[in-house]
Amino acid sequence: MAERLSNREGIKGMANPTRYGILRVAYWLQRLSGLGLLAYLIGHIYETSTILNGKAAWDNMLSLTETPGGHIVLVIVIGMCVFHTGNGIRVMISEGGKGVGKPGQPEYPYRASSLNSKQRLCIWVSIALAALAMMYGAGVLFGN
Amino acid sequence: MRESIIMKIHYGTALGAVALVAVHILMRMSQKFSDSLAYQNVLANYHFLPYALMLEVILVLLSVHGFNGLRVILLELKQGATYERAINYGSIAAMAILIAYGSRTILMAGMGIS
Amino acid sequence: MATVTVPKEEKTAVVTSPESTQKTVTLRIARINPPESTETKFEEFKVPVQKWTTVLESILYVKQNLDHSIAVRYSCRQASCGSCGMKINGKPRLACYTKISELESNVITIEPMNNFPIIRDLAVNFEQLFSTHKKMKPFIINEESEVNSDTKEFIQTPQDLEKFLQFSYCIKCGLCNSACPTMATDTSFIGPQGLAQAYRYTADNRDKGKKDRLKIVDQSHGIWRCHFAGSCSNVCPKGVDPAMAIQLLRGYLLGFGK
Repeated sequence: MAERLSNREGIKGMANPTRYGILRVAYWLQRLSGLGLLAYLIGHIYETSTILNGKAAWDNMLSLTETPGGHIVLVIVIGMCVFHTGNGIRVMISEGGKGVGKPGQPEYPYRASSLNSKQRLCIWVSIALAALAMMYGAGVLFGN
Repeated sequence: MRESIIMKIHYGTALGAVALVAVHILMRMSQKFSDSLAYQNVLANYHFLPYALMLEVILVLLSVHGFNGLRVILLELKQGATYERAINYGSIAAMAILIAYGSRTILMAGMGIS
Repeated sequence: MATVTVPKEEKTAVVTSPESTQKTVTLRIARINPPESTETKFEEFKVPVQKWTTVLESILYVKQNLDHSIAVRYSCRQASCGSCGMKINGKPRLACYTKISELESNVITIEPMNNFPIIRDLAVNFEQLFSTHKKMKPFIINEESEVNSDTKEFIQTPQDLEKFLQFSYCIKCGLCNSACPTMATDTSFIGPQGLAQAYRYTADNRDKGKKDRLKIVDQSHGIWRCHFAGSCSNVCPKGVDPAMAIQLLRGYLLGFGK
């Protein structure tokens, strides 16, 4: 009941990428891609450890991952990796106070200068690079 | 440890990982992708000391960055002294386990114990 | 928060308007009265609107003509006092500063702001916001006070003033805290309002409290829990831009700021 009365938006609110513009979408994608990449890292470390069990075990693992399904997962991982990197660099630079505009006299209609076009452009570029990398990755993986 | 120091490590590991993972991926691209995953080729990678060392560094960087990121998300989801202590120590333990497990592969495959 | 929509008789007042074709909209107002009831019910009211009618005016119309029991906090009616923050059509806004016409909808859903405990209906408790604000030491810290006869007055150029002026326009309406994704789950987070005010005083060239404030914000539920989602600046009705203040403050911690 206390939780209800505190009226916190909760995970549903935190994970809702709508309502507040592209920066909120980028925040959501950054989290999602981060979690996805961590899951992939764990899986990848397990996957590569099978090499210690000899050629048969390695080939057996490859027969599971070198499939259309496995390639689709890898293409998604490529996209997550590129977006997480591009957007992460933007966030890192911004968190150092760079590229967020200069304080000044706010004037109606009070558009926040931290949500400037450079920030939005960087997000779109990250998304575009991720899409390009996914296409290239799909070409390499499915072209084999 | 102050949160600013932790986050500086978070940023540092991210930048280091970006550079080294790019090299790791480019190495896969130096030949046909499916060939690069052939048993002998992968073993040869582990036997090449500079590459094996690079894999070890990537492993440490990504484990620290990944589990610190997870720690941040989990700390924001729920609060409380016991929970937060569990998350902090739990993420350090998870980092250590993943690094140990990955290092075992790099070390044993590099030394030809397989 | 559990919500139920009660089928209820629509309440409409007899409007003595000269124009019979006057536009009306439906207000869906959240009703909750803790601790007696923890369930939110929505009541619907039809209200007449002009193109300049604000959400606050329409709520006050309901209070005067249809249901006087609706709890709502308001004061200045001109976006100066920060009292009437509420969630309007899913987004935190000031009711006095939001025109019905700009919402482009015939149904306006009005709820209490998220991330603040509900007192009743649309009125929320600001205790946490004010206590966090106080923790940021929102005053000039300087032992050489201007009031001492043996010290000179503090010189501040227009450029010095511009470094913090924008952030001093904060009216503590709480919209930024309500929109923040971290505040949605983190009950210990300082929040964009407090962090922006920490920067406002730190950036003031008369102030000597930078070290103290940086120590306060550099903790596990402090400035590092901001991930620059920009939602706070997106909803700020005064152009304070808390997201910018937070990143500039973080610049000090990362060694980029002077």
